[in-house]
Amino acid sequence: MDRKGFLVLEDGTVFEGTYFGAQDRVMGEVVFNTGMTGYQEVLTDPSYYGQIVVMTFPLVGNYGINEIDIESEIPRVRGFVVKEACKRPNNWKATQTLGEYLCKNAIVAIEGIDTRALTRKIRTKGTMKGLITPDIPTEENIVRLNEYRLDKPVEHVTVKNVYTIPGEGIHVAVIDFGVKRNIIESLKARNCRITVFPAGTQAEQILNVDPDAVLLTNGPGDPKDNIQAVETIKVLVECKPVLGICLGHQLLALAAGADTEKLKFGHRGSNHPVVDLTRGRTYITSQNHGYTVKDETIDSKRIEITHRNLNDGTIEGLRYKDRSVFGVQFHPEACPGPGDTGFLFDRFLDLAGN
Amino acid sequence: MPRKRDINSVLVIGSGPVIIGQAAEFDYAGTQACRALKEEGVRVILVNSNPATIMTDKNMADRVYIEPLTVEVIEDVIEKEGPDSILPTLGGQTGLNLAMSLAEYGLLDKYGIKLLGTSVDSIKKAEDRELFKRTMEDIGQPVIESTVVCSVEEALGFAKRVGYPLVMRPAYTLGGTGGGIARNEDELLRIAADGIRLSRVNQVLIEKSVEGWKEIEYEVIRDGKGNCITVCNMENMDPMGVHTGDSIVVAPSLTLRDKEYQMLRTASLDIISALGIEGGCNIQFALAPDSMKYYVIEVNPRVSRSSALASKATGYPIAKVSTKIALGYGLDEIRNSVTGKTYACFEPALDYVVVKIPRWPFDKFVKADVTLGTRMKATGEVMAIGSSFEIALMKAVYSLELGFDSLEMSCLSDMSDREIAMLLKQKNHERLFVVAEALRRGISVKEINRKTGIDAFFLHKLINIVEQEERLKKMSVRQLDKPTLERCKGMGLSDQAIARFVKADIKDIRRKREEYGILPVYKVVDTCAAEFEAFSPYYYSSYGCENEVNPGPEGKVVIIGSGPIRIGQGIEFDYCSVHCIWALKKLGYQAVIINNNPETVSTDFDISDRLYFEPLTPEYVLNVLDKEKPDGVMVQFGGQSAIKLVKAIHEAGYRVLGTPPEYIHKAEDRKEFDALLGLLGIPRPEGGTAFSVDEAADVAERLGYPVLVRPSYVLGGQGMEIAYTNSDVVEFMSIINRSRQEHPVLIDKYITGREIEVDAVCDGQDILIPGIMEHIERAGIHSGDSISVYPPVNVSSHIVKKIVDYTVELALALRIKGLINIQFLEYKEKLYVIEVNPRSSRTVPFISKVTGIPLIELAVRAIMGQKIRDMGYGTGLISPGKIVAAKVPVFSFDKLPMLEVALGPEMKSTGEVLGMAYNLSEALYKGFTAAGHKITGGKGTVLISVADIYKDEAVALAGEFKKLGFNLLATEGTARVLIMKGIEAQTVNKLSRSGCDICNMIKNRSLDLVINIPTHGRIPERDGFKIRRMAVENSIPCITSLDTAWAFLDAIKMSVGEKKPVVVCLNDI
Repeated sequence: MDRKGFLVLEDGTVFEGTYFGAQDRVMGEVVFNTGMTGYQEVLTDPSYYGQIVVMTFPLVGNYGINEIDIESEIPRVRGFVVKEACKRPNNWKATQTLGEYLCKNAIVAIEGIDTRALTRKIRTKGTMKGLITPDIPTEENIVRLNEYRLDKPVEHVTVKNVYTIPGEGIHVAVIDFGVKRNIIESLKARNCRITVFPAGTQAEQILNVDPDAVLLTNGPGDPKDNIQAVETIKVLVECKPVLGICLGHQLLALAAGADTEKLKFGHRGSNHPVVDLTRGRTYITSQNHGYTVKDETIDSKRIEITHRNLNDGTIEGLRYKDRSVFGVQFHPEACPGPGDTGFLFDRFLDLAGN
Repeated sequence: MPRKRDINSVLVIGSGPVIIGQAAEFDYAGTQACRALKEEGVRVILVNSNPATIMTDKNMADRVYIEPLTVEVIEDVIEKEGPDSILPTLGGQTGLNLAMSLAEYGLLDKYGIKLLGTSVDSIKKAEDRELFKRTMEDIGQPVIESTVVCSVEEALGFAKRVGYPLVMRPAYTLGGTGGGIARNEDELLRIAADGIRLSRVNQVLIEKSVEGWKEIEYEVIRDGKGNCITVCNMENMDPMGVHTGDSIVVAPSLTLRDKEYQMLRTASLDIISALGIEGGCNIQFALAPDSMKYYVIEVNPRVSRSSALASKATGYPIAKVSTKIALGYGLDEIRNSVTGKTYACFEPALDYVVVKIPRWPFDKFVKADVTLGTRMKATGEVMAIGSSFEIALMKAVYSLELGFDSLEMSCLSDMSDREIAMLLKQKNHERLFVVAEALRRGISVKEINRKTGIDAFFLHKLINIVEQEERLKKMSVRQLDKPTLERCKGMGLSDQAIARFVKADIKDIRRKREEYGILPVYKVVDTCAAEFEAFSPYYYSSYGCENEVNPGPEGKVVIIGSGPIRIGQGIEFDYCSVHCIWALKKLGYQAVIINNNPETVSTDFDISDRLYFEPLTPEYVLNVLDKEKPDGVMVQFGGQSAIKLVKAIHEAGYRVLGTPPEYIHKAEDRKEFDALLGLLGIPRPEGGTAFSVDEAADVAERLGYPVLVRPSYVLGGQGMEIAYTNSDVVEFMSIINRSRQEHPVLIDKYITGREIEVDAVCDGQDILIPGIMEHIERAGIHSGDSISVYPPVNVSSHIVKKIVDYTVELALALRIKGLINIQFLEYKEKLYVIEVNPRSSRTVPFISKVTGIPLIELAVRAIMGQKIRDMGYGTGLISPGKIVAAKVPVFSFDKLPMLEVALGPEMKSTGEVLGMAYNLSEALYKGFTAAGHKITGGKGTVLISVADIYKDEAVALAGEFKKLGFNLLATEGTARVLIMKGIEAQTVNKLSRSGCDICNMIKNRSLDLVINIPTHGRIPERDGFKIRRMAVENSIPCITSLDTAWAFLDAIKMSVGEKKPVVVCLNDI
């Protein structure tokens, strides 16, 4: 039997829907993703850890869930909100329905929500915390919501132990803040030997394996939660080519003395135009971030801004001026979304190779 | 990159008449292009032969030429206007081919004209099959095993190597003309021969069939810097095997995983980059339903029907952006006009589902071949937007205006399960309903998928609708609780169908919905899934919790659009709707339009103050009116689609602007109209009404044969026939009564007189008649299929006076405020009224353009209370200027196999062209040329075959042709008469005789013209039918009325004369 579920926002707005995943109560930051495909990649992207994700496209689950389109082993979102979840999907790769998958993995999900109205609310008021609950919402709920805070999310998604993936080519040390599988796959496709380190690893330990280059991955939460990592990076940038992706890019900025801030409602989707200032070209990118590097805190003697978002002008890429170090706010590894900037991996490996 | 400074005057080539495969979408694209160019201060020179378009309005371009689209004409225009550039990619295949010819003939070099946007080489790479294949192979994009042949023998050789089934497509054609799927040698021989002939370069591509694979399209744009984006992708619900123009299409794709979506997206970007296209482009793929295997099927290096659909589906104006790119701008420099803040260099995110359904002409052409394949047959399409697939699909179904209020088709319910299972295999216009019926019967998704190739995802969605319909049938209206009704409306089930299923009145359902608070809200199409604030006044209804439309307090007028393009209601009505919007805005009103045709200008979101993309049914229209609470509703400009809604709008308490509803009814209702004519003493051909066959036969007996039989309240003479005998009456009545008739069938005495037509505007007091149009063909051929001439040539001043008198009397008696269209018949010096339409008509754009009187604007001003005498255009009949114009109909017979070519009272043309000159012969010459008839300059061979009653008349005609130097061929009977009268003619065997001369001559194209005047009535004279079909399928002009033949002769005489026709600029008259 369909069970009613409510989504309560911290400003008191209530949306009524129906559960189709686990029927629990959960709290989290409510964010929206505008991608029209790729819900499975979104669900399993560790950067969404702790968040309640709203899909703006109304039909979700059309092609079911399969074994391969995963960005980590388990779904990472805290809650999932859609207009309509497909009960009878069809795709040659599908092994189960979206609802079955979410139930099995105890992920709370509701459907029947006017997701456009919800998105407009978030866009206007900024990202809010939210609660999904089977009970009629109360004042108490809202007080609790205001108190809620997600603590050190990276610790929950980073790898516990160092591991290596053999390869013939360039040796890349990956610091895993919640790595998406396709970052690893992108390196594997380029024959790299890969050593993956937990987020809290000291620089010394990383340098011990003598990598040719270092990749700082994506990950959830506020970049400034990762004080230890910033210190590690300060050391690494002095001696290795480094590529930072998303959170990794923000950490590179912090390591160069810049500051980050929270965006009103972030960038999450597969259609964000980014200008490559060095080439005068614009690329469509896959994005998932709630924070950005603050423009006015950039030390232009040390850092060159290489990419900007065409829509809101925020920093999308930077480069250390006298180092082989660069970072991008978007996701060259795609998944979901366009792979138009996949060549950045080549550029990174070229730096590492020289 | 800023705009190139060396572009100051640009020649834009339109797409010509509306034909199947090339319709209103190019008026939309062309109009956008003209506006974008003017915005940049560029001088625009426009050539298009189609007078029914917005783009040929004087305010759209600096210099407008309504002239035939031929290389000679374009050269004349170039010589006169001296453009420095040409924009080739916005006028469909016609415009593109013409631009390519100009380049090939060296004319661009000769006049120093730059080709803007995509280069000649890039166009060739995309259009030439062999070059395209090689380019794809170079960049590793898979193309289907194929070859290009120039002869039938080569085709056979390839078939022997790779086996059947094989798909064939001719190069450089539109709508897949001449293509087809061959499953065996016989089919191969036939289709290959056709295709080779129809291709401009006599090339046909043959390839291995991928029937049943997913058909996916991407709309891609690239700028001169190399930035490229995909505007959207679309998935054909009908898999490979049905032309995309004949497929139900959804946007975005609904069954593709992100990996599949991105794989094809990346391929699209690689392809557009490899081809070097600058501007919009459409790429079609076939994707295997069970692997990652795909093929690139086709690339259109220009804006297209699909790009119009994609623009409307996303809010991204592809034609406008392509134009700006052609001027030198980068995608990242062009503003997104929807948000005003972001740029054109992004990919729209949709938060709704779009469904397009083609509109086929088979409701009119009951005898045409309805099978769908690689040759497009639809005349138009509808689009609907919804938050679920179900609601979008159902809204699209209602928008077709075919009388469907659910997925149920009544004639299928009587069939056995076996018959339904058999029907599933047929690809035709009814497949959606057959599939629904099959699901209703419990035939498995697996079996239906096997037979139709339709993805199980869609079939499950259809089950949702069908199951809900079935559940309702078991309910009473009292059991209809809130959740059920919510579910029904979320799926788009209509109040009308719900009422029928639960056996209640439609008003009860609406009341119940109001009681439960189940009322639609309106959402915005904003290109960005609400991520950014948007200013596009572009709405669709949904059953969500938040309404986004906020209509201001007053000064609002809602305009009812004209829906999909169909035979009898074409682009002309969109012209009228758009001009109505502009006129209202000029008067300071907010103009709000409801329409559902994605091809048109009226559904461009920056035309009106608010656009509601909704079905034109009472439920959806009243929903909008309830939200808008307008000052009034305009029903005069949307053709019969709008007139049909008058009753519902009026009864709901909304004000119908202009002519009062009861008078609209008076003009439409036969009895009341007859009474009115009687009262006014205006004669009309005698007639009567009937419901049954017997009644009809009685009326016909009383009037005496021949009689005209037709249903009331129809457009384009739908179902209209001339009956010569009792058995004709029986046949026609049974066809008409296939669908339930609410109104009686009309039976009139058929008189073979001269047809005359006027459009007039009336303010309740004064009347303005911009001009009188005379038809070349005698009554009996539908006015839309007749050549119409302005000013009239054979109408005496005495009759003119009568026309004016009757028009004034009728307009005043019918309390006309706004437009009225009257069709007259002159017979033996007596004037009869045949028909009165209390609305704008097909001829309004034509007469407005040739007289320079902006009829729609005047009508709107009159409706809104201004006086005609204050408008500055005079009153009464306006005397003609120097211009003579001939409107010539254009048909799409080659696209519709088995359709009778001979003209009759039921309209068949899909479009029209205009010839404008300073004398009639020249106007006719231009008209015929523009319509695609090659005028051979007095040499060549004519086949004449005339029914007995016309043989005497044919003698004089044949003599004239002979005098001009034509070689005459005639069928036996005709030849005998000609020879008897001393006109030399060679006798050719009828088809039934052995050694069919005619067949061979037509196939070898050793004939230049066929004049075939058939026996009337429906006696199947198979020879004539075949000759006519063969002629049109082999692109040989086929004339089926002696009047047309005389006019054609006139045009030929003109062409052999010394004087070369001169191009006429609309802005100079």
